[in-house]
Amino acid sequence: MSSEATHVQQQTLTVPHETHVEIHHGHHHETFLTKYVFSQDHKTIAKQFLITGMFWALIGGLFSVIFRLQLGFPEAKFPWLEMLLGEWAKGGQLQAEAYYALVTMHGTVLVFFVLTAGLSGTFSNFLIPLQVGARDMASPFLNMLSYWFFFTASIVMLSSLFVQTGPFSGGWTAYPPLSALGEASPGSKVGMDLWLVSMALFVVSSLLGGLNYIATVLNMRTKGMSMTRLPLTIWAFFFTAVLGVLSFPVLLSGFILLIFDRHFGTSFYLSDIYINGQALPNEGGSAILYQHLFWFLGHPEVYIILLPAMGMASEILSVNSRKPIFGYMAMVGSLFAITILAFLVWAHHMFVTGLNPFLGAFFVLLTLLIAVPSAIKVFNWLTTLWKGNIRFTPAMLFAMGFVSLFISGGLTGIFLGNSSLDIHLHDTYFVIAHFHIVMGVASMFGMFAGIYHWYPKMYSRYLNNTLGYIHFWVTMIGAYLIFWPMHYEGLAGMPRRYYKFDIWESFKHFGTLNQFISIVSIIVFLAQILFLVNFFYSIWKGRKVTTQNPWGANTLEWTTPITPGHGNWSGEIPEVHRWAYDYGKDGKEFTTQTTPVSADESKH
Amino acid sequence: MEKVMSSESSKKMHPHKFTLWIAIGSITMMFAGFTSAYIVKSNQAGWQPVQMPKIFFLSTVLILASSLTIYLAQKAMSAREMAKYRTLISTTAVLGLAFVVTQFFGFSELWQQKITFKESVAGSFFYIITGVHALHVIGGVIALAVLFSRAYSSKTKFYSSTPVETAGLYWHFVDILWVYLFVFFLLVS
Repeated sequence: MSSEATHVQQQTLTVPHETHVEIHHGHHHETFLTKYVFSQDHKTIAKQFLITGMFWALIGGLFSVIFRLQLGFPEAKFPWLEMLLGEWAKGGQLQAEAYYALVTMHGTVLVFFVLTAGLSGTFSNFLIPLQVGARDMASPFLNMLSYWFFFTASIVMLSSLFVQTGPFSGGWTAYPPLSALGEASPGSKVGMDLWLVSMALFVVSSLLGGLNYIATVLNMRTKGMSMTRLPLTIWAFFFTAVLGVLSFPVLLSGFILLIFDRHFGTSFYLSDIYINGQALPNEGGSAILYQHLFWFLGHPEVYIILLPAMGMASEILSVNSRKPIFGYMAMVGSLFAITILAFLVWAHHMFVTGLNPFLGAFFVLLTLLIAVPSAIKVFNWLTTLWKGNIRFTPAMLFAMGFVSLFISGGLTGIFLGNSSLDIHLHDTYFVIAHFHIVMGVASMFGMFAGIYHWYPKMYSRYLNNTLGYIHFWVTMIGAYLIFWPMHYEGLAGMPRRYYKFDIWESFKHFGTLNQFISIVSIIVFLAQILFLVNFFYSIWKGRKVTTQNPWGANTLEWTTPITPGHGNWSGEIPEVHRWAYDYGKDGKEFTTQTTPVSADESKH
Repeated sequence: MEKVMSSESSKKMHPHKFTLWIAIGSITMMFAGFTSAYIVKSNQAGWQPVQMPKIFFLSTVLILASSLTIYLAQKAMSAREMAKYRTLISTTAVLGLAFVVTQFFGFSELWQQKITFKESVAGSFFYIITGVHALHVIGGVIALAVLFSRAYSSKTKFYSSTPVETAGLYWHFVDILWVYLFVFFLLVS
């Protein structure tokens, strides 16, 4: 890299907060390329993650609309689909292979590209330096690399949509043998190779990001910012990064073995397979092995997605209730407990795939244990709201929506966590309903809450409130209307991932329900377009922010200039004297973290 | 700024070095994934263990020696004995390369015994686990090569000990990782 890059890095790194050195990043020449493209400023990188994530959310959401059309209206023909998808929708009807490809891509894109990179990539990057009081990340250069690895992963994944045999179509979990054998399905040919390359790049991106987040939180806090004075957002991002750094490498080792199985004739996952009547030479492999390696990441991944949303919801609920967060240490403790338990429950995804039932019993116990820290968090959110002076900003509504979804989705988790109930419920729409509500939609709500709340800091303008309210209510009501009925379908035994249900008499009566779900999902998708319009319109035309601290919040990011430059604070980094949640203390509406503790102040 | 920096770094670890510590945790998890997969597989039917090639004992000696030389290089750096530092750094890199070469000889020895990807699951694991480790060693050699060229460059006088400390930490890590893998393969197979 250029010497200039290392120069900047040295500066931002080595200036400790106590010194009075002013960082004026204007003193070296900033071109369009270094400012907006290969930027090392954590705020710009955060926006890059966010906008790339939104691009993927649009694609992944559109995919779900298309396959929902198939599920809702299996007999109907949509000529425009053929225009859009060509061969995949011959005669205006989605082909089975294309359906599986869309389902797979929807899962991969939403889980990894939107809710991992788009969520923790955006907000860890944006908020960690701003809220701990640092000029930038521990290594701005690695941070930039993290984004560009993600960008390259995106390009590779996107290109897999355009290959002749289609993208990978064996489900986002990519279980072998389907994912290991090119002969198994068209999507398992070059589409799967691109999928693996893209995911490997993505893992590298996540690791680089995660290393930086941890190092920044532990090393770069400003004076007075002890760990127990950190806002809960930072605790959540910190644990998210720990989860990612410890679990993604295991996924990578699983992928490496899979690559060798695909191309070099090894038999890690393959044994005794017949394909089109031909016996394969592979012997001695075990498909379950992949599942262990995959879910050792896969389960922490759920919390990688969820924890940032939890952290941001905690912060936003407290700020907009004008009340201190209830049980700060319990919140940190429960985040910690969730982080530990996240590593010990992976096999509950494998209750029916040949796991020893005796082992299953332990995983049931550990899985149900997660209910304890989760319930602590819910209790604390509700008690934070209790008797609060609530400001119903769009961010606050989304944060409250997050709590609602987390409760209703979490409760069905108790059903699924039991290995015996799982015999009936596994691979049905009950599972779809559960994880979409608790992980997918809830985390999306956390993300929306974050965007509405920190948008003024990102772009020095506000999002349009009216559009925000419409967006919230349509999404909130729509999410429940889409996923609530799926519980009934699942309890009735309707299997997930199926292209059509017309051969089952028993699922015929769900026909109209499926149509209903599909129509609502189209409406909800349109509401997201409305949000995107709002987002991009407001970047240039939104109402300008005129005060430094528009929400009356205590955290450090609101002590920076309205449009902070690279380096965040124009002068010295402020010193921190208290925790982040002194709302309504001693008759004052809020007391920022930088306010020194006065002699006659009451204890909190 | 330099002055403030040194007073600061005496209290706190340099962020690069700290980041490396976390990365070490991450890489460890990767090999934990590999070796636990190996253990799981080795308990299943039809498992035929692989005999470790003899030359891997030599690999072990080489990489242990390289850990010693990089340690001495660090000492030379802090004593500002730049000539000695350069020799030691390059010795370390050469030992690292020699390690990779002996690994390669070991692989071809096994391959000739019909332990190939198609024939032996244990052998496949062995190749991949040690191969991924060798890639990490090559990464270390590249880092050393960068340090080496910096030490010879006449333009910059570079006396910061952080890069060599960071490289040293990484080098000791791949060394310990190798010792772990070596003992692991001796015991499990």
